[in-house]
Amino acid sequence: MVLLQISEPGQSPEPHQHRRAVGIDLGTTNSLVATVRSGTPELLTDSAGNQLLPSVVRYQANGAVAVGTQAYDALVEDPLNTLVSVKRFIGRGAEDIKRLGTQLPYELVSGSAGMPNFRTCAGDISPVAASAEILKILVERSESALGGPLDGAVITVPAYFDESQRQATKDAATLAGLKVLRLLNEPTAAAVAYGLDQQGEGLIAVYDLGGGTFDISVLRLSRGVFEVLSTGGDSALGGDDFDRALAGWIGEQADLGDNLDPFQQRQLLKLARNAKEALSVSEQTPVSVADWQGSVSRSLLNELIDPLIAKTLQACKRALRDAGVQATDIDNVVMVGGSTRTHRVKERVREVFGREPLLNVDPDQVVAVGAALQADVLVGNRPGDETLLLDVIPLSLGIETMGGLMEKMIYRNTTIPVAKAQDFTTFKDGQTAMAIHVLQGERELVSDCRSLARFELRNIPPMVAGSAKIRVKFQVDADGLLSVSARELVSGVESHVDVKPSYGLNDDEVTRMLRESYTHAKDDMQLRALREQQVEADRLFEDLSAALTQDGKALLDDREYHCLEVALEDLGRVRNSGRHRDIARHVEIVSKTSEEFAARRMNASIKKALAGHSIDEIDRGE
Amino acid sequence: MDITNNYFEVFGLPVEYDINLRQLSERYHDLQRQFHPDRHVAKTARERRLSEQYTTFVNQAYGELKSPLQRAEYLLGMMGADHGDELLSTLDPDFLMEQMSLREALAEVREADDSEASLQEVANHATSHYAALQREFSEQYSRADVHSAADTVARMQFFYKLLKEIEQLEHELDDY
Repeated sequence: MVLLQISEPGQSPEPHQHRRAVGIDLGTTNSLVATVRSGTPELLTDSAGNQLLPSVVRYQANGAVAVGTQAYDALVEDPLNTLVSVKRFIGRGAEDIKRLGTQLPYELVSGSAGMPNFRTCAGDISPVAASAEILKILVERSESALGGPLDGAVITVPAYFDESQRQATKDAATLAGLKVLRLLNEPTAAAVAYGLDQQGEGLIAVYDLGGGTFDISVLRLSRGVFEVLSTGGDSALGGDDFDRALAGWIGEQADLGDNLDPFQQRQLLKLARNAKEALSVSEQTPVSVADWQGSVSRSLLNELIDPLIAKTLQACKRALRDAGVQATDIDNVVMVGGSTRTHRVKERVREVFGREPLLNVDPDQVVAVGAALQADVLVGNRPGDETLLLDVIPLSLGIETMGGLMEKMIYRNTTIPVAKAQDFTTFKDGQTAMAIHVLQGERELVSDCRSLARFELRNIPPMVAGSAKIRVKFQVDADGLLSVSARELVSGVESHVDVKPSYGLNDDEVTRMLRESYTHAKDDMQLRALREQQVEADRLFEDLSAALTQDGKALLDDREYHCLEVALEDLGRVRNSGRHRDIARHVEIVSKTSEEFAARRMNASIKKALAGHSIDEIDRGE
Repeated sequence: MDITNNYFEVFGLPVEYDINLRQLSERYHDLQRQFHPDRHVAKTARERRLSEQYTTFVNQAYGELKSPLQRAEYLLGMMGADHGDELLSTLDPDFLMEQMSLREALAEVREADDSEASLQEVANHATSHYAALQREFSEQYSRADVHSAADTVARMQFFYKLLKEIEQLEHELDDY
């Protein structure tokens, strides 16, 4: 076979090289990272053997940044510079954050993109930057455990995260120098971890109550395909709120008053959290604060948190209804998140679903494990693996129309990737521009929805009102990220945005922050770029070689075949040159040259797929 | 392959209203297994793009076939008939009166002593009507009665909206 002769030993890329991939659970309270080794998922630990990395970042005046336990220990003594629960702030606007809680132990200032920043002694820090610090530690941990740079990571996000929160999470990963294979919804990740047995069938409900977020998802599992039927939740409800409720009660008993300083607030919250944790094993626990001494019983805690749990159960009911199923149809209930350890939560969930929830995978670890399994698939380490995740968008997407109304274009719980187009027209005679305001949410009024982006379609030729035809197209990719384009059909004028949510970072900011973080690591960046290009080249090389062997003779004429052979040979040579720009250029050339071939193969394979389904078979099947 | 083929062909199903939903879902999974972007991550950018396009198309087709209303609308379109708001004016007055009284019943649910029970009553009524219309459409479609089928679709659109409003109200009642 000619193809076998073109790559000389030592020059060709390794065809079945194992790639380094991890799954990261970037949590409100704790973060974890896992990988798959020899087919088995494994949590990665720090040098002291800890799996959990507290999601706490402390900024010091000398520029030092501490992350994890070390930062957590400084929580009470240095509250203004020690950031916890950053996930509750990521991708959110100042207004949202005000609603999160009246007493925040931070000083928040407005950032350059209208996004709130934390004021610390090391300067103003965005939630994105703080999250990136946490990710960097996990990347270091992974690279030392796996013995080299990562090829990619799957990062989990609450299913109920909106566009801005997803985009902000992706920005944080970019800032940490991570290649994101996929943003994966946490409940889906958990279902994957539980659905290891690929013969599994049936309906799964995933109840995920973390530190700061609640998610419920209903999935149908069938022969390795996880189809999310519905999802719901509250991106600002979690165990932190349990702590706050209990802290409020203790504060009242101890007569601490309303105006606690940040130091006292932190102390009180920490106290409440310890008491809550103690109550998940015992019925009663002593508490003392200032000169007050008392005790908290489990039944008191239950009373305080019941309204919060009730909110989660309402979301469950709604998700079941959206999925078109009854609680009794559910075959398995999976519990995820540290807050499901709270006794009362387990009790209430059991009542609602009428069955014992599954707890055999540690609720803290299950998301990271699922993410690692999916990362392993996506990076290409498990050819032939049947696992496939079909996820949905959690909240409807639409645009503003006359009268401040939200016109939905894509409804919530629609499977992604998805595209929808709709035609709109002009309101005034001679109108030459149209403002497109992209929104997310379920409510009718624009003011009740989240504003994601605004852009303008200009240079519409002047026409009578109502005669221009503007086609707006929404496209959501497999990560759940949106792009919007608008086109005037008569004149062909076009405009396009990848939705950069108003609360996220704009591209300039990401670039600037990236540049800053790389100032001292220029070589590192060069190396990373080279490595990335090599991976891309290897991928293309393997793929095209295999494709040529398989279908080249059938789908290409002699001249086309020869062309691709030569292009491939070049690529193999340049791949080892060590010049990432050259490699990038060759990758582009070979991709271009092989486009037609790729299209023919895709078509051939679709024909084959459909040929398998004859009318006869259908009649028999029924 | 021409992805402008009709949706039934995409899923290898006979072109008719009463489709086997389980079979539809199985075919959907089969197609996704082959074309989903996650199956093509290790491929060239061009192939990844194609896979995203095909998957988007398959999702669209699946969504429309799965929905009783959208499936009917789609078949009506294939018969060459138009559907949409302009059809509503041709509906008979009795039907419109019935719709109005159903809507009134829905509006009164909030004030009812047992909101949940009265909502359930309206919901049951609407659901059984909607199901009956689906049976009618199927029958009209199979004898190629375009005119009656279009009329039925217009009625289904009414009930679909009503069912959405019922759902919305259920959500609101949950929140109290």
